[in-house]
Amino acid sequence: MNKGTIKQILLITDGCSNQGEDPAAMAALAKEHGIVVNVIGVMENYETDDRGMKEIDNIASAGGGVSQVVQTKQLSQTVQMVTRQAMTQTIKGVVNQELQDILGDSQSMEDLPPEKRGRVMEVVDDLGETVNLEVCILVDTSASMKTKLPTVREALLDLSISLTSRMGENQFCLYTFPGKRKATSKIMSWTPKIDHISQVFSKLASGGVTPTGPAIRDVIKSFSTSSRRHLISHDDEAYDDGPRY
Amino acid sequence: MTMKPMMMDQDIKLHPGTRIYGKWHKKTYQIMRHLGSGAQGTVYLAHSNQGEVAIKFSKDPSSLISEVNILKRFVALQGDPLGPYLYDVDDWVTNKGTINFYVMERIKGVTLDDSIRHKGFEWVYVFILQLLKDLSRLHELGFVFGDLKPENLMITESNYRIRCLDFGGTTQLGHSIKEYTEFFDRGYWGMGTRKAEPSYDLFAVMMIFIYAAERRRFNKTEHPRDQLIQKIKTNPKLKPFEKILLKALAGQFHHANDMRQAFLYKMNETNRIESRITRRRTATSPSKKRYQKKKTVSGWIGASVWAVVIIALYVMYTVLYVM
Repeated sequence: MNKGTIKQILLITDGCSNQGEDPAAMAALAKEHGIVVNVIGVMENYETDDRGMKEIDNIASAGGGVSQVVQTKQLSQTVQMVTRQAMTQTIKGVVNQELQDILGDSQSMEDLPPEKRGRVMEVVDDLGETVNLEVCILVDTSASMKTKLPTVREALLDLSISLTSRMGENQFCLYTFPGKRKATSKIMSWTPKIDHISQVFSKLASGGVTPTGPAIRDVIKSFSTSSRRHLISHDDEAYDDGPRY
Repeated sequence: MTMKPMMMDQDIKLHPGTRIYGKWHKKTYQIMRHLGSGAQGTVYLAHSNQGEVAIKFSKDPSSLISEVNILKRFVALQGDPLGPYLYDVDDWVTNKGTINFYVMERIKGVTLDDSIRHKGFEWVYVFILQLLKDLSRLHELGFVFGDLKPENLMITESNYRIRCLDFGGTTQLGHSIKEYTEFFDRGYWGMGTRKAEPSYDLFAVMMIFIYAAERRRFNKTEHPRDQLIQKIKTNPKLKPFEKILLKALAGQFHHANDMRQAFLYKMNETNRIESRITRRRTATSPSKKRYQKKKTVSGWIGASVWAVVIIALYVMYTVLYVM
């Protein structure tokens, strides 16, 4: 029984990129690869950075994901909420696609009468629970993030509690940017155990520029290696076939 | 496939008098006033053909529909209602887009939060017992409430009964909890997973109890488990229930009814001890003390009377002798 795999990039940053490609374009590229890009903007006491907020919004729009700007202390709950919402959103997208194929062009879940919509929603809920999830966590470790990193670590541990409570399989990997002479550096390769992050986090060095665009481009590649290695996702075939019971 | 990024500010503002027209069932409602806003929707009081009703609006249809699915299951249940009665589910087409809503029974009362502030702690026991009974039925139905917190619990005006209000976090057994609030969430305190099982709700019940005694929410420290144990052992309101609360903390109650029985037993026990103490007090010590006090008082009176008489005689004697 193959329920397919949802692939997400979870970008945690605190502001504007200042090097390389437009991050929104790279997020759109990720979407073409079937990867949803979610962005969490971490601010201290609502520093108002309009340009940064706009960029965060644009990346998520282009990447078909969810974005949220939060104060550092609310990070934990937001990280799990964004991941969950994006997952439901992706599944609904797939289900809507199926409905359109069956019922004709203009039909989507919202066009169904409430009674039928309830039945469809149960299926969406069920899929969200059982689908396999691959999350590539991409953390901005440029100079300004330094004081926020302990909270990011906390939030990721919290995310692991939520995701391991699901029935489906989870795979995580962790990259930080900027890397040494590269856009990113790989901190942890794909593993079902996110709590390993705890140990690696204390060793993270922060500092340098913010090449958000190149970083997203870099981690797209990590997904293809994961699917080859784990054979969880049969590329897009799982989606095209739809849910099977 | 359209996927817009969802922002979490989903408060829907409607003016009193606004007419809501359902696209599918063609029913009309007129907004009276705002009742409350949660993470996933906004609730208004409204006029309808059936009288006053509460209407919940949401821009995010998924959470609304999941909630409706739960409420529908309650309709067929016997006995006390588990949630508000569901009247209607529909879409309202506005020029700014379609808004999903559902119409439910309006429950008059105050939230548990307000009730805790204004009533004595003894009421908390009663509400907790009622809540555990409802949770037991909900679990039997195959669901875990999830986002259990004082704001989601209402104390009815008519018969002082606790009613659950917001079913947005209600999750099928075995799935992962849909919505939660950190202070009441066992994951936050590092005391277990977010898997929907009865012990998840029972942990939240324990936290409601702690909250009611402390009257505030506090943040976790380095050692969250020890912090909670410390609270339970040192707060005089919690101390009598130490055993039960520690068991719920450790996730060792697997049925709401077990926890309820433990509370009932404990309350009887404390009642018995308390009444025994007061009986002993009224029977022996206080009256004895009063008696002794009376005795000493009368003794003093006697002594002073004698003193006055002697002094008077002495004065009379000296006066007579000298004259």
